[in-house]
Amino acid sequence: MSVKENNKNPAETMVKEKKRLAVKLIPVHIMGKRYEVPEGLTIMKAMEYAGYRFIRGCGCRGGTCGACGTVYRKPGDYKLQVALACQKTVEPDMYVAQIPFFPANRAEYKFTELTSASEEVFGLYPELFRCVACNACTKACPQGIQVMDAIAALKQGDISEAALLSFDCIQCGLCTSRCLGELAQYHMFQLARRIYGARILSRAEHLAEMVKAVEEGEYEEALEKLKGMNEEELKKAYQEREVEPVSAGEDWRPKDKRYL
Amino acid sequence: MSLAYYPGCTLKTKAKNLEEPAIASMEVLGSRLEEIPRWNCCGAVYSLADDDLIHQVAPVRNLIRVKEQGKNEVVTLCSFCLNTLKRANLLMKEDAEKRGTLNSFMDEEIDYGGEVEVVHLLEVLKDQVGWEALAQKVKLPLRGLRVAPYYGCTLLRPREVAIDDVEKPTILQELLEAVGATPVDFPEFAECCGSYQIVSSPDDIPKYAWHILNSALTHGAEALVLTCPLCDYNLGQGQKELMKKHDGFDGVPLFYFTQLLALALGLGPQVCHFELNYGEPELLLREKNLLPRVEAL
Ligand code: SF4
Ligand code: SF4
Ligand code: SF4
Ligand code: SF4
Ligand code: FES
Repeated sequence: MSVKENNKNPAETMVKEKKRLAVKLIPVHIMGKRYEVPEGLTIMKAMEYAGYRFIRGCGCRGGTCGACGTVYRKPGDYKLQVALACQKTVEPDMYVAQIPFFPANRAEYKFTELTSASEEVFGLYPELFRCVACNACTKACPQGIQVMDAIAALKQGDISEAALLSFDCIQCGLCTSRCLGELAQYHMFQLARRIYGARILSRAEHLAEMVKAVEEGEYEEALEKLKGMNEEELKKAYQEREVEPVSAGEDWRPKDKRYL
Repeated sequence: MSLAYYPGCTLKTKAKNLEEPAIASMEVLGSRLEEIPRWNCCGAVYSLADDDLIHQVAPVRNLIRVKEQGKNEVVTLCSFCLNTLKRANLLMKEDAEKRGTLNSFMDEEIDYGGEVEVVHLLEVLKDQVGWEALAQKVKLPLRGLRVAPYYGCTLLRPREVAIDDVEKPTILQELLEAVGATPVDFPEFAECCGSYQIVSSPDDIPKYAWHILNSALTHGAEALVLTCPLCDYNLGQGQKELMKKHDGFDGVPLFYFTQLLALALGLGPQVCHFELNYGEPELLLREKNLLPRVEAL
């Protein structure tokens, strides 16, 4: 700090200092109107700062529910950008709008009656074949899913590939909002993942066996014993339990094999 | 050698009996058909409207996938895919304005200007493998099997994408000779099977089918060989009805060219999937002693 500034009115210096410490405000356009919002906020918080109150378009605030799909543009760039409002921080001059919901056709089916035949998917969603490979869906996906490729896989009858490619889909609907062929990609993907999980992946037989053992009361006695212990006994049992050594190999087994 | 290969959706859903014998045969002939990554349905029918550029996006994107692989050639098995990809490619080569529009529309992809050649597997067999080299690999010559080569429309029309002489094609005959079968010429070799009219006027298709099948039989054929899943469907699915309608017609087996190729190379029915064919081809093959016993393989 220079001597000259030191000589200034202390009140004025304080105001300046306060401003310096205060969060920088940046301009953003929400639904076409300009607001000044603190830098570093997420789009969602910035909208709340600007006075919006969410009754839709907001769910988990953690990037997993897909409720807060958002589109935006920056001046001078023709590219449409997408984001989840709860994840993306505001940038100066961005033009933002939320698309919390987008109408999408969802076929009705009785899942138990479906096999894993691709013809069933074609029958439920014949509009699948309206895809022209424009790729607008992929560009619109905030999850970075290769949406067009997953649709292509479905057309090829490759349900597994469609399920795996779309695994990170959070059903935000942004792809659907952009689709030239009017497909509701995410409903199709959900069907693919259901079929994949229930009909294509092999079943975990050991899990079923374990559940059966639990239901048949194999662990009842041990549980009751634990429940009957007081704090001291519990601590003791915990400390004296047999622990797998750090250096244990694949074939390590505990001495007490009753619950294996 | 590895060849970039575009399968098309029909081969993946309905025509395993076209694809599997092709892949296995090329392996025997020393080439690997390597499916291009991230391919899309080509759209099946080339869009003829001059200003309908959006339907060129899918075929061109596939050609871009080939270029991305550093390849300058892509092989197809289905006549429709060949036709659609080849015509879209021609557009990209010859029409600078549309090329510009399409490239700028697909601004997430590398630019494309027709650098890839689209070829049919028949051309690969003729020009890259060679009929003589192929004949030398034949383990089970299809002796005594009289087969009518049916080209349909899309292998030969329009002229600028034809894989052979438009009026007098011989490439299927040459293949048949190389695998030891007897080609039977008939005038309807390039007559339209009805194509996608099956969707709008399904009742007309059996008429076309009968015209083609009957002519082939009259000229002494015992079976037809084809390259296209749609021809296969149109000529095959109505045969039961035709049998009721036409006295003395017992149906006629339809083969994909890749099945006859694979059979002759000694690959057998597990690869050929004759069970998916129309017209009971296994009966005919057994009669000709051309179906190796499963135990013998
Ligand atoms: S695939 Fe569609 S619905 Fe799923 S996350 Fe991506 S844009 Fe959202
Ligand atoms: S946006 Fe629709 S038409 Fe375009 S590639 Fe995606 S699914 Fe196909
Ligand atoms: S011809 Fe048919 S099935 Fe073959 S790829 Fe093209 S569109 Fe898809
Ligand atoms: S301007 Fe846009 S909406 Fe209009 S025809 Fe062209 S691409 Fe379609
Ligand atoms: S609020 Fe759930 S993803 Fe943003």
